Amino acid sequence: MYAYDELDRTLINERVSEFRDQVKRRLSGELTEDEFKILRLQNGVYLQLHAYMFRVAIPYGTLSSKQLRRLAHIARRYDRGYGHFTTRQNIQFNWIKLAELPDALAELAEVGIHAMQTSGNNMRNVTSDQWAGVAPGEVEDPRIWSEILRQHTTLHPEFSFLPRKFKIAITASEHDRAAIKIHDIGLRLHKNADGETGFEVLVGGGLGRTPFIAKTIKPFVHGRDILSYVEAILRVYNQYGRRDNIYKARIKILVHELGIEKFAREVDEEWRQMGHSALTLDHSAIEEVRSRFSYPPYEKLPHMPDELKEAAHDPLFERWRKNSVAPHKVQGYSIVTLSLKPVGGPPGDASADQMDALADLADRYSFGEIRVGHEQNLALPHVAKRDLPQLWKALDRLGLATPNVNLVTDIIACPGLDYCSLANARSIPIAQELTRRFANHDTADMIGRLHINISGCINACGHHHVGHIGILGVEKNGEEFYQITIGGRADENAQMGVLIGPAVPYAEVADVIEDIVEAYLALRDRPEELFVDTVKRLGVEPFKERVYATR
Amino acid sequence: MPLVKNGRITTDLFVHVADGAELPGDGAVFIPAARFLEDPEPILKRAGKTGVIWPNNRAVDDLVPYLGRLAAVALVFPTFRDGRAYSQARLLRERHGYDGELRATGQVLRDQFVFMSRAGFDAFEVKKDADADAFAETMKRYSVFYQPTGDGRVTALNRRMQLRHSESAGQ
Repeated sequence: MYAYDELDRTLINERVSEFRDQVKRRLSGELTEDEFKILRLQNGVYLQLHAYMFRVAIPYGTLSSKQLRRLAHIARRYDRGYGHFTTRQNIQFNWIKLAELPDALAELAEVGIHAMQTSGNNMRNVTSDQWAGVAPGEVEDPRIWSEILRQHTTLHPEFSFLPRKFKIAITASEHDRAAIKIHDIGLRLHKNADGETGFEVLVGGGLGRTPFIAKTIKPFVHGRDILSYVEAILRVYNQYGRRDNIYKARIKILVHELGIEKFAREVDEEWRQMGHSALTLDHSAIEEVRSRFSYPPYEKLPHMPDELKEAAHDPLFERWRKNSVAPHKVQGYSIVTLSLKPVGGPPGDASADQMDALADLADRYSFGEIRVGHEQNLALPHVAKRDLPQLWKALDRLGLATPNVNLVTDIIACPGLDYCSLANARSIPIAQELTRRFANHDTADMIGRLHINISGCINACGHHHVGHIGILGVEKNGEEFYQITIGGRADENAQMGVLIGPAVPYAEVADVIEDIVEAYLALRDRPEELFVDTVKRLGVEPFKERVYATR
Repeated sequence: MPLVKNGRITTDLFVHVADGAELPGDGAVFIPAARFLEDPEPILKRAGKTGVIWPNNRAVDDLVPYLGRLAAVALVFPTFRDGRAYSQARLLRERHGYDGELRATGQVLRDQFVFMSRAGFDAFEVKKDADADAFAETMKRYSVFYQPTGDGRVTALNRRMQLRHSESAGQ
């Protein structure tokens, strides 16, 4: 974990005071709603269908048990006893009162949590692999660089009023769990031939109504230059990004309109003119940040402890272990993913009681650390294998041991029309219905890895374009309809899904998804061929036929 | 609209000269960019100081040849959502070494003061009286800064490095 020092603490407290003043000026009428809107958005406060929604940052997905307890407290004290984890390592509270927000922020600041730039047209929360620092085979811990970027992007004096929002994601593993190719800037940490740390820089990815996969703008930028290079990209974007139409204002449109080569030349020219600047990170600067990350005092433990051998006789435990437990870089330890997708539940929600109990489990079994992933699940990153059976029992009691990680019921969904003022259609009830249809774990296991993503409107907060199956809510003559795409993916081979045909009404969505899954089971050439690979091999036609033949 | 300069509300000595209006023989003037660029020499040779109002959608490169002879540059925030002038300000100060008055105009609220100051602005045409009155107080809102800019404020990283250096020197 990164430990805030006095300076970090001072800054977030100063931000709380500033926001308190802004709320006060709004409540007294000194600020118009139009003026206040921009200011509250800079601090994660949206006006939704029923109330203000408050989005809190969980930078690069790391939380301490103390922080998680505080989030639980916020849910209980200021909201309705639960929070919603999002696809960008944030947590949202849906029922917050404006007048109480400054106090909620002050309580969060006490544990080093803030809501700076979780919305608005600025550089958003920097996200990373939720397995950062513990995944085997990782090039280097990407959290060091995530923290360097978090600091650099926080209250940036030049880039706090960009044409549109701007999202940066970092990965350091071959398998991309941070979805960097659908970000405005994606950074893939790797080493050059001399063994020096740097980044492949991708730019212009994003979903929404005009989805693009990010393109590589530079195959290697040395770590010491990453801030100046990112700043060069931002400066070109700030000046030339479109401001006449919010739907064309993201950097992806600028990159698309100029072409990646011309855009890259503009950035290179800006970068060249910046020259050797104060942004260049020398070795000691990087080490200064690195030194404030602490690593757990791992024990020397056996690869296969007796406790695990014994528990292997319990089929329910084994089913969970095979699904939710992943290898750790240290022998004798595991990474445990906690599904926030129980059958019939809204994806990504956790109650205050669950959060508190999980914080206790993190203290007992994971050196007090919790992670948040973009799939809207949580993880305990350092669990000794010998503790897995006990942990499983405890998680099961909390409803956090649903063995469906990466399976058909591990659905990513936006809040949709149940909460969101932008939505055209509901997302959560579709997800809930699908989890009931595929509630049988043996069936889900047999289907294998299959990501379903649901968005309630074209803004694509549920990342439907990159779901293996994507479901997009649209409105037709006042009724909810859903477009279905298949074959999308958000990993290192990211691509957009392909529409299979006309939109279907709300009541038919679950049937259509069942048809698609049944078609896949009949079409796959062997059980190991994943849904997304079958679609790649055969195209959408056979699926389309199956779905529309009887409709 | 109050003008804040050097941290205080002051009288604006500059007269804004519109496109078609006659240029006064002396006194400080602000001239729109297009009119200035059309024929800069007679303007610069006047008895009074020259300021140019530079739009936020034109590269400052065109203004660079004249910077040494300008007393003021006004950059524009058509709405406070539009942040292009922050980049222009930093380029003028940090790349082109401009050291005259750099004025923020348009929708200028107290919530931008710190950002603007960090980007190099030293004069502010503030939209609301209450915000102008609160200038000094607002500038004290922040004492920690993560990014290096040309404003001379010490960054958090530099403070940490200094601390580390003094700690190791004391051992």
